Amino acid sequence: MQALFSRLRYAGVGVAVLLSGCNLEVLTPKGDVGVHEKSLILIALGLMAVVAIPVIAMTLWFPWRYRSSNKKATYAPNWSHSNKIEVVVWTIPAIIVAILAVITWTSSHELDPYKPLESEAKPVTVQVVSMDWKWLFVYPEYGVASVNELAFPTDRPVNLQITSDSVMNAFFIPQLGSQIYAMAGMETKLHLIAREPGTYAGLSTNFSGEGFSDMHFKAIATSEDGFNEWIAKAKASQANLDDAGYKALAQPSEKAPVAYYGNVTPNLFVNVINQHMGEMSHDAAKHGEMQMEGMHHDAPQESMQMDMHNHEGGDAVSSNITPAKAEK
Amino acid sequence: MFGKLTLDAVPYHEPIVMGTLVAVILGGLAMLAIVTKFRLWGYLWKEWFTSVDHKKIGIMYIIVALVMLLRGFSDAIMMRAQQAMAAGESAGYLPPHHFDQVFTAHGVIMIFFVAMPFITGLMNMVVPLQIGARDVAYPFLNSLSFWLFMSGVVLVMVSLFVGDFAATGWLAYPPLSGIKYSPTVGVDYYIWSLQLSGLGTTLSGINFIVTIMKMRAPGMTLMKMPVFTWTALVTNILIVAAFPILTVTLALLTADRYLDMHFFTNELGGNAMMYVNMIWIWGHPEVYILILPCFGAYSEIVATFSKKPLFGYKSMVYATSCIGVLSFVVWLHHFFTMGSGASVNAFFGITTMIISVPTGAKLFNWLFTMYRGRVEYNVPMLWTVGFMVTFVIGGVTGVLMAVPGADFVLHNSVFLIAHFHNVIIGGVVFGVFAAINYWFPKAFGFRLNEFWGKASFWCWLVGFWMAFAPLYVLGLKGMTRRMNHYANPDWQPYLIVAAMGAAVIAVGILCTLVQFYVSIRDRKKLTDPSGDPWGGRTLEWAISSPAPFYNFAIVPQIKELDQFWEDKQNGVAYVQPAKYEDIHMPRNTGVGVVMGAFGTVLGFALVWHIWWMAALGLVGMIAAFIVRAYDRDIDYWVPAAEVEKIERSRHAQLKQFQTTQVAPVAAPQRQKVA
Repeated sequence: MQALFSRLRYAGVGVAVLLSGCNLEVLTPKGDVGVHEKSLILIALGLMAVVAIPVIAMTLWFPWRYRSSNKKATYAPNWSHSNKIEVVVWTIPAIIVAILAVITWTSSHELDPYKPLESEAKPVTVQVVSMDWKWLFVYPEYGVASVNELAFPTDRPVNLQITSDSVMNAFFIPQLGSQIYAMAGMETKLHLIAREPGTYAGLSTNFSGEGFSDMHFKAIATSEDGFNEWIAKAKASQANLDDAGYKALAQPSEKAPVAYYGNVTPNLFVNVINQHMGEMSHDAAKHGEMQMEGMHHDAPQESMQMDMHNHEGGDAVSSNITPAKAEK
Repeated sequence: MFGKLTLDAVPYHEPIVMGTLVAVILGGLAMLAIVTKFRLWGYLWKEWFTSVDHKKIGIMYIIVALVMLLRGFSDAIMMRAQQAMAAGESAGYLPPHHFDQVFTAHGVIMIFFVAMPFITGLMNMVVPLQIGARDVAYPFLNSLSFWLFMSGVVLVMVSLFVGDFAATGWLAYPPLSGIKYSPTVGVDYYIWSLQLSGLGTTLSGINFIVTIMKMRAPGMTLMKMPVFTWTALVTNILIVAAFPILTVTLALLTADRYLDMHFFTNELGGNAMMYVNMIWIWGHPEVYILILPCFGAYSEIVATFSKKPLFGYKSMVYATSCIGVLSFVVWLHHFFTMGSGASVNAFFGITTMIISVPTGAKLFNWLFTMYRGRVEYNVPMLWTVGFMVTFVIGGVTGVLMAVPGADFVLHNSVFLIAHFHNVIIGGVVFGVFAAINYWFPKAFGFRLNEFWGKASFWCWLVGFWMAFAPLYVLGLKGMTRRMNHYANPDWQPYLIVAAMGAAVIAVGILCTLVQFYVSIRDRKKLTDPSGDPWGGRTLEWAISSPAPFYNFAIVPQIKELDQFWEDKQNGVAYVQPAKYEDIHMPRNTGVGVVMGAFGTVLGFALVWHIWWMAALGLVGMIAAFIVRAYDRDIDYWVPAAEVEKIERSRHAQLKQFQTTQVAPVAAPQRQKVA
């Protein structure tokens, strides 16, 4: 089976080479997740080529061979049924799809973005907030934050907790693998790891309005030392991401320059999420605290029920968090 | 008095829009002048606008679809030009807000106002003829469906010049489409144009299900129904099952926008994920609604031009039905990246790839129809072969993205854009052009010019691959969709090639227009005196071209799958009956036009919050409907004598044609298997 897959992979590579001789970022991954996804793409393409290539060949051959001017070709004007052919044309695609289904099932579980990566190294947690129209990265373990620049050490898993303070966006670093949506009032999770140092393009892949096209960031995979330096550089920033600082940042802006915050309000990320759960329309101000308190405890759980995904591994039970869990 | 509507709603400052406006006004005035000068108003009103004849309604759908294709395609050209220019520091020529409206309008128009009317128009034109019926089950409803669809068209076009259109992407995901992030009327135009035309689509879905189930000629059991009609049946079942979901989803979005509700925003427990699910529960069946009738058309064409019965008819029917059922259990593959669990993603991924089995079977069946046939390369057949090659690639990339792990890096990239254009252009558009070339003689009595048809096909085929192969590559280079400009200069060469591809397609469209012009000019030469220009197999080819308004003088008796073919083989296809009978026909009515007009008023008023006008529109629609409900003069009888007169001239023409033709194409010799 393994040998078959590797052969299929070569077939897939052939297809990819045909497509282009140039550098295809998605097919030159720099981390485990991306590598896995690349091989999945190539295996799937290779498997499908088993049917697709003969079909294309037949599609070109049959109408040519049986063109009306070719009187040498057999003509069977009433022939319209053959059990043998029917069995073959239903069975062979079905077998391919069955193989693909098994691959799909296992790979979907292995590549579940919520599943923490297995690694000896200690993971780095980054909380990601998509805003109009920039990315905020909060490092809760270091008390720093950055805008439109994400740094992390190579060979250490990066645990990303993702939300949006605005409309839907999607967090994606093509060379590292998987993307996932960022949605207000909810947290999604993504686990990535980089194996090669470098600066990779990161972007939003879900259209989010006027400033969308400039909503990209640099993802810097660096050595442990380089990462510590980066943290120190951020720490040295005088900028403070407290309530006022956050409000200023949250104003819609385009092509926001890279910025660092040396000081970040604890629980900022959870507050960003809850702010969307707590906005009780116009009545929020009127009812004040009581409502807010109610939302803190009820709303996230309520939405948890709507979102009863059975994610595997660790604490990633749901895409929503309760504040209690997030504070840990 | 006029709600949110002020003179500022007209975008004076946008030269592109104003230029278009001037062109539209001048073109419109010229058209009105021509119609008035040649005193065509009465003719248009009596023979077309108020017609309940399914053939004329079908033709009107297709004409509107062609016009809207030009609009949707200009959007495409604008986008391709923008992306070809806007690399690095360059901002291109379209500011984001305009660009965002352009790609939204492109998607909405191409799906709802081009592909849908093409499909509905074809079904209108062909289905009653194929089943030996004299019209659809509810002829007035059919006219109403068309005019409701027209109100949607009018609203979308008005949005170009008064106010703006949605800048949200064609599915208007909240919260972006909510009132907070889209405060202008753009999304409201989107909502009401889709609601009005969607209502029309639902009604026509009901109409066609009843027509196919109840009005087939005696003896035509379901398994003797032509394949195109089968695909139409499944498509209309999908319409009736899916379009109400769209209606409800948009109604809830409307409640969010107009009534401060929060179905799809987080406040008060709403959730945008619900919208995304609901819109795709409609949206995925929608793509099969579009493709299935095209599969039906290819099936008819491939059998006709291979001079053989369709291979595996039963297998085709089961495959179509399988696809219909499965299309409702795959919607989540449009958002694997929303954070569903691995098992949920895998389930929807696997159901999606299962659809490729019946689809693959269909491809093989077409292949084995050509096998040991005598394939003639008329224009419809070229489109069909071009489709088969193109569609296989689209299918492969589709199944690839059905694997959640692969989709995680391909989702929302231009790879996805390339994929769905691959199946929608390669499948639906090619199918529609094949079908138009194939059934045109039945509608108008003359064939379309072959040369320009072939030129159009080659331009589309080459242009399509030039335009979208680079997007496949760019998707693998990490380019995402809907970008107004981009920093990575590596992408630009590909986008320039893509823009050139779009230009080649433009030439293809131009060739189609030339084809119409040349064919109309040479209609005498291209005339179809037999009513059976291709050597067809199904009932519609048994009658004259253009079909008489009552379709069949005598309702045919069906014993075989390809009854007309059998009749030709047995030499009984053109036997003139001894006696004709009176024919019962529906009378034309202007109520559909009136209701559509009031519907447009209603939609426009709701967009701009002009409540009195909305009330007027709604009351007008209801009143017109009540008037219609009390109208007892809705049908008439065509006397047998008149039928006989028409049929006699048809048979005289046939005889003349058969004697002048040395080797009639209409009746090839029966040949034994060599």
